[in-house]
Amino acid sequence: MSRRSRRRARQTGWDIVGVLVFAVMVFPVFWMISTAFKPSDEIVSLNPTWVSLHPTISHFRDAINRPYFWEDVKNSLIVVSATVIISVTLAFLAAVGLARYRFRVRTLFIVLVIGIQMLPQAGLIIPLYVVLARYHQVNALTGLVVTYMTFVLPFCVWTLRGFLLGIPKDLEEAAMVDGSTRLGVFVKILLPLMGPGLVATSVFAFVTTWNEYIFARVLLNDQSKQTITVWLSYFYGTSRHTDWGALMAASTLTAIPVVIFFLLVQRRIAFGLTAGAVRG
Amino acid sequence: MQETPSTAIAAGTTASRRRRRSRGRFLQAATPYLLIAPVVIVIAVILGYPLYWLAKLSTQRYGLFELIQHAGTSIGLDNYRSVLHDEIFWRTLLRTVVFTGCIVGLTMTIGMALALLLVRVSRPVRLLLSSGLILVWSMPVVVAVQVWYWMTNFQNGVLNYVLTQLHAGDYFQHDWYATTFSQLGMVSLLIIWGALPFVAITLFAGLAQVPGDLVEAAEVDGARPWRVFVDITLPIIKPILLILTSLSIIWDFGVFTQPYLLIGQSKIHTGNYLMSIYLFEEGYFKSDFGRGAAISVLMLAIVAILSIVYVRRMVRIGSEA
Repeated sequence: MSRRSRRRARQTGWDIVGVLVFAVMVFPVFWMISTAFKPSDEIVSLNPTWVSLHPTISHFRDAINRPYFWEDVKNSLIVVSATVIISVTLAFLAAVGLARYRFRVRTLFIVLVIGIQMLPQAGLIIPLYVVLARYHQVNALTGLVVTYMTFVLPFCVWTLRGFLLGIPKDLEEAAMVDGSTRLGVFVKILLPLMGPGLVATSVFAFVTTWNEYIFARVLLNDQSKQTITVWLSYFYGTSRHTDWGALMAASTLTAIPVVIFFLLVQRRIAFGLTAGAVRG
Repeated sequence: MQETPSTAIAAGTTASRRRRRSRGRFLQAATPYLLIAPVVIVIAVILGYPLYWLAKLSTQRYGLFELIQHAGTSIGLDNYRSVLHDEIFWRTLLRTVVFTGCIVGLTMTIGMALALLLVRVSRPVRLLLSSGLILVWSMPVVVAVQVWYWMTNFQNGVLNYVLTQLHAGDYFQHDWYATTFSQLGMVSLLIIWGALPFVAITLFAGLAQVPGDLVEAAEVDGARPWRVFVDITLPIIKPILLILTSLSIIWDFGVFTQPYLLIGQSKIHTGNYLMSIYLFEEGYFKSDFGRGAAISVLMLAIVAILSIVYVRRMVRIGSEA
């Protein structure tokens, strides 16, 4: 065998491994979607079919007709949009401060921003529950929005700061020399350039908030007041009578908005958590 | 004193210009503080206030009765004493440490292997594999739990079917949630599966920093692939490895959703507690908020110590730019 063909054989070997790893990693997602479209008798069969030849959408119909589905989707949307809009707005201001100015408590502020993101959420459920109960905000979406902001705000500050660092300062300075006011620079130069960064950060905040489980579980008890992730977690009653088809259809529906948004922005934002360590 | 109108105007404008300048300077100095103020205030109120309450609660007897009365009874350090004398606390801590160690070790090893694989495969396969990883990454945790539960259920889970077909043994109606070891094993698999994409893709991005000619030169000199990895690749990506490892430790130590939902509330007992679940069950579920607060404080302290490496590193990065 020549050197070249040996190299090609090795390349093919790696490619086969790559495809196998892909298959194993993606299998659960595939299985979710495949089950969601299968007729019930194929789902409970002891010899599973990989892809049904008689796909059905009846499980999706079952899932969305379950009690509280639409209410809880609405709740999720309200909580998510409120959290994202408030957080991104406030965080943008702080990010400008962090990326463009040096000031005395800067390091302390960075410690705060990084440190909060490391707090284990379970460690905060008890004080948040007790405090919100005192102000009658348990079982209210406002309480949840406020809670989510604790985590989403620092994340947004840090990510937006990363995007701002990518915009050269010279642009703003040139505009200042030309007689623009600081506010003018902010509106005319920073904001348009930050468009993609703001969108990406908002989307990522959306995904985080939409997926959150533990606070929603603890802070909202009323079934009509819950978010979609808590709704999904209560889906199966007793394991013997689980309607797997409907459960997988519901799972698919819960995942769809997140997956779409995530795929759109992943490349822009993936490195926020390790920013600086990865020069990508 | 007589002044010509023009000098008066001149003096007036100088004064106002000076005033404007000093106001401008003040504004300029205040700008960063004004910019970060909203975030700082919001965080201080919505996090600082509960944290103050956490400290207070941990020294009080505070159950459902006190929650309704809005007043706890101070009992000093009794809650801490009770937790630290609780054998379940120490067992849970040990279990969580071992659990975290296994998961982080496996995630980092497999993640590194995946990153190296991404380097080796041809372009189309790389695109396929990385898209697959990103798809997995995007799956919401609760959804992943449900899918896992469906795949591993004992009656008609696909895992038992596949294992039996592969002649790995008789897994017909094998119950993966019968023993603590197997329960936590399934939870670990789920967590590792969910964490791999982030680790692999970040490491892959890091591997791009390794200069190709350096590796080639070493290979020409006859260095074995393993030596190339240990002597060239590893030192270059060490900072990323360090950050990823500490992030994984912090996340996995405090993990709640996956074990809580996959094992299921009905099957959770003191023998398979992890730290977050211990806290949830003892504090929230039993409405013993005072004792729960003491557990929270201990847990936050442990995580704070674990976070030092990561936070210090990130702060240094943040201060540079």
